[in-house]
Amino acid sequence: METISKEKFRRIQIDYKESEKIARPQIGYWQDVWRRLKSNKVAILSLIILVIIVFMTIIGPYLSGYDFKEIDSAKINQRPSKENWFGTDELGRDIFARVWKAGRVSMVIGITGALISAVVGTMYGGFSAYFGGRVDTIMMRIVEILISVPYLLVVILISIITDSRSLGTMMISLTLTGWCGTARMVRGQMLQLKSQEYILAAEALGVKPLKIIMKHLIPNVLNVLIVSISFDIPGYIFSETFLSYIGLGIQPPNTSWGALASAAQRNFIFYPYQLFFPALMIALTMLTFTLLGDGLRDALDPRLRE
Amino acid sequence: MSNENLIEVVNLKKYFNVGKNKILKAVDDVSFNIKKGETLGLVGESGCGKTTCGRTILGLYAATSGHVYYCGKDVHAMDFNEKIKFKKNAQIILQDPYASLDPRMTIGEIIGEGIDVHFKLTRIERQRRINELLDTVGLNQEHASRFPHELSGGQRQRVGIARALAVEPQFIVCDEPISALDVSIQAQIVNLLVRLQKEIGLTYLFISHDLSMVKHISDRVGVMYLGSMVELAPSFNIYQKPLHPYTKALISAIPIPDPKIEDERKRIKLEGEVPSPINPPEGCKFFKRCVQATDKCKNVSPQLKEVEKNHFVACHQC
Repeated sequence: METISKEKFRRIQIDYKESEKIARPQIGYWQDVWRRLKSNKVAILSLIILVIIVFMTIIGPYLSGYDFKEIDSAKINQRPSKENWFGTDELGRDIFARVWKAGRVSMVIGITGALISAVVGTMYGGFSAYFGGRVDTIMMRIVEILISVPYLLVVILISIITDSRSLGTMMISLTLTGWCGTARMVRGQMLQLKSQEYILAAEALGVKPLKIIMKHLIPNVLNVLIVSISFDIPGYIFSETFLSYIGLGIQPPNTSWGALASAAQRNFIFYPYQLFFPALMIALTMLTFTLLGDGLRDALDPRLRE
Repeated sequence: MSNENLIEVVNLKKYFNVGKNKILKAVDDVSFNIKKGETLGLVGESGCGKTTCGRTILGLYAATSGHVYYCGKDVHAMDFNEKIKFKKNAQIILQDPYASLDPRMTIGEIIGEGIDVHFKLTRIERQRRINELLDTVGLNQEHASRFPHELSGGQRQRVGIARALAVEPQFIVCDEPISALDVSIQAQIVNLLVRLQKEIGLTYLFISHDLSMVKHISDRVGVMYLGSMVELAPSFNIYQKPLHPYTKALISAIPIPDPKIEDERKRIKLEGEVPSPINPPEGCKFFKRCVQATDKCKNVSPQLKEVEKNHFVACHQC
């Protein structure tokens, strides 16, 4: 056997400080979430489409050179062309400008509606779960009653009582019962978190209840909350669309995607493009929000961390 | 003598309502005391009320009746300020190192939580204290900026210990701190706890179902069965000459790391199941499984009595 000379051996010290050197760069929770979301192609594509739609609702109405309520009797029911990219409607208004103007209303309703129901729902659900017992029972029964009221009824009642069909009234009537689902979900999450051992440890340390809610409970509910917001937005957009479609929503001259589709369906057989563009926008927005919500749920779930 | 007692538990009861006319007696009339600087081991099978007992002592659960005295003061009758002060002195190390750390907080934030409640430190002092604590429990300063999921089970349990130590307590309830860890890590954690006791002079209530670990760490051992204390004696006595039939069975179940002795020894096998702690039987709770049971055991609940010096047993036959 070949002998290996002693000089070839060298003593290598283990540096214990080196063992804790971090191999990969330190990343925070949200950076990690972004990293996982980025690897989900569908979610990212949805995000890009959404950004484009939102961007177009902001600048779109000014691009075609027509005002959304400018009536031109010489150009009624034109097909999409160089002058009118999406064509014109029965009053000769430019559909391109109208689609993006209508998008503003839909987006505003979707986003503010979801935010309001998230805030109200979190407060209500958090309160209910934290106090528990009888308070919880009563608060949850109230939610169940509210959920059982059909929202169409609420919308009609409110529009009669306030005698107005503005954006504000519609917001109120949609969010009046819309927060109930979020409240239930937050309550469920909080009940689960409340029994976690780290909450017990915080109590043992003497941390005050308000600080426990702010530092432990809310940050841990945040991920489900974000997902619920992203699923709520298309729900509100669709409700608005539906209400406008049946004539309870936005009134002319203002418009929304639902109102556009409603106006176009009368001439659908002769001028299908008038229905096509608003319908496409509704479908795209709902689809992309749902797909993005799906991606976010996966990205925010700490159990799916690699 | 009573001045030496850091913790005195007197007739402590903790019942839970679990539905109509159903009361779960998790801790049923338990009394003992813990001397300053001592480790009291608390053993018993799952569901016998060890954890509830530990948490009730710390005031995390309201006691149904009975008293817990810390340095002569009743824990359950303290006002807000006294309670905060008590929480600074008495801490808990929890069982599951995976569930006991908030996944959204860094290790530094977790350890700093208690410091913020009880001390007013500047940011630099606070950071120095956190580093000190990490060093004490054998972690590196680099760990402070990490999240719990980036650490191993043993490292997490060290964080749990550091969190408890952060408020400079005198008394720590160790609620099965090692049962979620594998054997090699268990030894490290137990040795760390023993070292800290020597250095800082801590007092422990060490809850576990691992008898050999309890033997290693405890000065005295209490054996619980279905919410009651059945035997309380110095560690040596419990292991060398257990008196209560339940303790005998428990001790006989400890494996001996010698195949010859292991083959020869006789295990006392208990018949039957543990009765439900919901509306438990009258008389001795161990009656149905006990080989020495008599009629007296069926009807009269035995009280803890001192059979030898410092050796208490709750059994009519001893």
